[in-house]
Amino acid sequence: MEKAKCECGHVNPYGTVICESCGKPFFEEEKALLNMRYEGVARRSQTYNKTMIDKVWNFFSSVKVGIWLIVVTLLASSIGTIFPQEMYIPPTANPTFFYEAEYGAIGKIYYLLGFHDLYNSWWYMLLIAALGVSLIICSLDRVVPLHRALKTQRVTRHESFLQRQRVHGVSNVDDSDETIEQAQQILKEKKYNLFEENGNIVAEKGRFSRWGPYVNHIGLIIFLIGCMLRFFPGMYVDENIWVREGETVVISGTDGEFFLRNDQFIVDFYDDTDERFQDALVRAGSPIVRKYQTSATLFQRIDDGVVGREPELVEVARHDIRVNDPFKFEGYALYQYAFKQNEISEMSFELEENETGERFGRIDVSTYDPETIYDLGNGYKVEVIEYFPDFYFDDDRTPASQSRIPNNPAFIFKIFTPEIEEGEISFVGIQTNQDINGENTHRLRFVDIEMNHVTNLVVRKDYTLGILMVGGVIFMVGLVQGMYWTHRRIWLQKVNDEIWVSAHTNKNWYGLKKDIEAVVSKTELTMPIDSVEEEEKKS
Amino acid sequence: MDQLSQLSSNLLLIAFFLYLAATIFFAVSVTGKKFKNKAGEEKNIAGLLGYSSSIIALLFALGYFVTRWIVAGHAPVSNLFEYTTFLGIMMSLAFVILYPIYKTNVLGLFTMPIVMLIIAYASMFPREVSPLIPALQSIWLKIHVITTALGQGILAIGFAGGLIYLLRVIDFKKNDKQVKAIEFVMYSMISIVGYILISSIFSGLNYEAPFAYVDEKGMEAEVVYHLPPLVGPNEAVPLTDEQMTPFFNVHPNIKSADLNTVIWSLFTGLVLYYLVRLITKRKIGELLQPLLKGVSPQAADEISYRAIAIGFPIFTLGGLIFAMIWAQIAWTRFWAWDPKEVWALITFLFYAAYLHLRLSRGWHGEKSAWLCVIGFAIIMFNLIFVNLVIAGLHSYA
Repeated sequence: MEKAKCECGHVNPYGTVICESCGKPFFEEEKALLNMRYEGVARRSQTYNKTMIDKVWNFFSSVKVGIWLIVVTLLASSIGTIFPQEMYIPPTANPTFFYEAEYGAIGKIYYLLGFHDLYNSWWYMLLIAALGVSLIICSLDRVVPLHRALKTQRVTRHESFLQRQRVHGVSNVDDSDETIEQAQQILKEKKYNLFEENGNIVAEKGRFSRWGPYVNHIGLIIFLIGCMLRFFPGMYVDENIWVREGETVVISGTDGEFFLRNDQFIVDFYDDTDERFQDALVRAGSPIVRKYQTSATLFQRIDDGVVGREPELVEVARHDIRVNDPFKFEGYALYQYAFKQNEISEMSFELEENETGERFGRIDVSTYDPETIYDLGNGYKVEVIEYFPDFYFDDDRTPASQSRIPNNPAFIFKIFTPEIEEGEISFVGIQTNQDINGENTHRLRFVDIEMNHVTNLVVRKDYTLGILMVGGVIFMVGLVQGMYWTHRRIWLQKVNDEIWVSAHTNKNWYGLKKDIEAVVSKTELTMPIDSVEEEEKKS
Repeated sequence: MDQLSQLSSNLLLIAFFLYLAATIFFAVSVTGKKFKNKAGEEKNIAGLLGYSSSIIALLFALGYFVTRWIVAGHAPVSNLFEYTTFLGIMMSLAFVILYPIYKTNVLGLFTMPIVMLIIAYASMFPREVSPLIPALQSIWLKIHVITTALGQGILAIGFAGGLIYLLRVIDFKKNDKQVKAIEFVMYSMISIVGYILISSIFSGLNYEAPFAYVDEKGMEAEVVYHLPPLVGPNEAVPLTDEQMTPFFNVHPNIKSADLNTVIWSLFTGLVLYYLVRLITKRKIGELLQPLLKGVSPQAADEISYRAIAIGFPIFTLGGLIFAMIWAQIAWTRFWAWDPKEVWALITFLFYAAYLHLRLSRGWHGEKSAWLCVIGFAIIMFNLIFVNLVIAGLHSYA
């Protein structure tokens, strides 16, 4: 590969369009405006196309490909919002039937194409990955040569470089040195950096904004890496605990180190006499929740944590966990997520003789951990033969429990009295009290119920958050750097007896021309012509 | 408290009329003869008056915002009325900031009516001060929403710039795809006028048409229409004798009353649109084009690009980054693929594509202006459609 030596003496890499040093165009010989993109540097993608690596590199280095990837991601993302994603359908619903039942044939197609879980699909991931690759290659392909070109650029430029800038003009002045001196002063006041060579100058400002896009791409890449890390095990904890009022449980995901006690759970409503919200509360028609709060106490286990031994706990901290106010400790965070009010915690019964109605004592049965035998004395006792915390009839029409949560507690009791030593069996649940054999003389009459509130907390620890934050900050810095500043260059060059004024910016030509106007108004220089504007006036 | 609440509404009303005044001044500045001052110099002060009115209007609007904040005890950006109004205010703020740079009166002529349209549209939603549900009780409500609205407001200026560009350069004699498309944009905006008009008429008449129907869960429910029912809810039974019978009933998954309103708005918009065309014998764009004679298309292109270059980072910060931080605190995860969130991502991707396209030749001018229009349509879609139709974690209003 041959290097291109320019007439100014600078040796450019193979593939250079505009000399990095003096700006002489190598290829475009017509009089049209110079394409100043990336300063006409030799980009790898524009230069090599032989090997497989070249081809892959060239494909991903194209901004056009990048834009297509953005557009395809955009369209794909929008499809995912047509119907709710799998995670938002009711938890009991089976997606196989849900989409068809709810949205008909279109819903079925939606499900069959996998759009119900679009954002976790392999092709969506692939799309994001391709975007990431595009980001890296696009940036590398441009930033390295661009950096070199901006570093090597010299003050005195080739005439055809100046002529073929969008803003270019020729002025005849009496004393060119003095005029350039005056211009220099004005541009200095406008915070331009000035470079001089043989009496020619270039005033430059905001070059760092050229790096903005690359900085923000680095931020994005870091962010995407952070997201990718989540696929590795151990990078984050996402657990869920239910804690009853008064109960202390181990916090899942903390390796048995931390325990939490739910001291109290509150649901608080807005006061319907509050004048401010009167109208809104009337419109809502039902009370509006003001607060969900779990008052919690955190404990740490201090013994060696042998399985089976009662843990030895010390109180570490207390916090009122609310929505938007998680309990943070040791990198973990506990979030108020859901709750269940009025869970049955205890059912009370009295032993009664059917015929006389005479009672022989009361038993309080915990629905969390019922005892096996309740002895009422004098030969009266009740045995819990079987307990179904969440009672239902299974497929074989036999009693069973759906879960260990006491949503619908039911018991099979055996009642012993001094007369009946072999015992009578009865089935007792919510609003049911059946005599299994039909010959019972005694029964357990339901007398009281105790309720409890249960809070649902999400346990989180996320090692990737720091990386995501760093990525986000770098991204924003790059974005602001690239968008809120512009790179402006104004060349003042003596050519024969004239002064040539040319200028270039990557955006905001309006601002650039205002700067030139300031110079023109106070010197003998004439306003250069903006050829794009000129073109417009003609048409 | 009541008085302050009343004051707040009045301030907004005054602001609305000041935006109207600004529109009129800008219209005069663009069309009117040049005024001469004592020295005989030609000077058009209407532009200055327009700009002053827009500043005073903004101050009154901010007065509304502050007083309502005091009344509610939280930043008034928590329901559709409050957010949409605030978006309008932010658009006017963006204008107030950008106008001194370019001093283009025609930008005011286009921005101010759009601001008015947004605020008028907002006022059609329930306007009571509502209490904050626990998920919204966070300092991030103000940070996230205010930043996002400001970003969107500036992006909306990009839309105004794009519109100016298109109306300036499109050749209405051709009647090609572009003309049809720009007329469709005009019609869409007129439909919002139609919606405001028709809703106000029937609410002035206290029109109500209650129905009993069967909802999507198969339960019996009731709904009250505030516009004559063209389409009814599922298995509708009218509850009064004198009300109109719907032409047909819709599937229970569709919010029939909203659909009915949309049909009425589109219909009223159509009537208004053709009325204008019938009277003037011109297309709407053709009517506006003479106002833009003095505008340099390239300058309009640059203004819209500039607005988007300024608005994009702010929108990204508010709509994605702050949003993620808040989501991590309130929802336990920084990204939940909630529809509103996804549409914010889509908005981001769209403008990112726009900014990359600006790098290539051939994407300046017309195509770029169309992208600005589409971008604004996406923002509006996310504000209105996603909130009203696609329910998700964000559907608070």
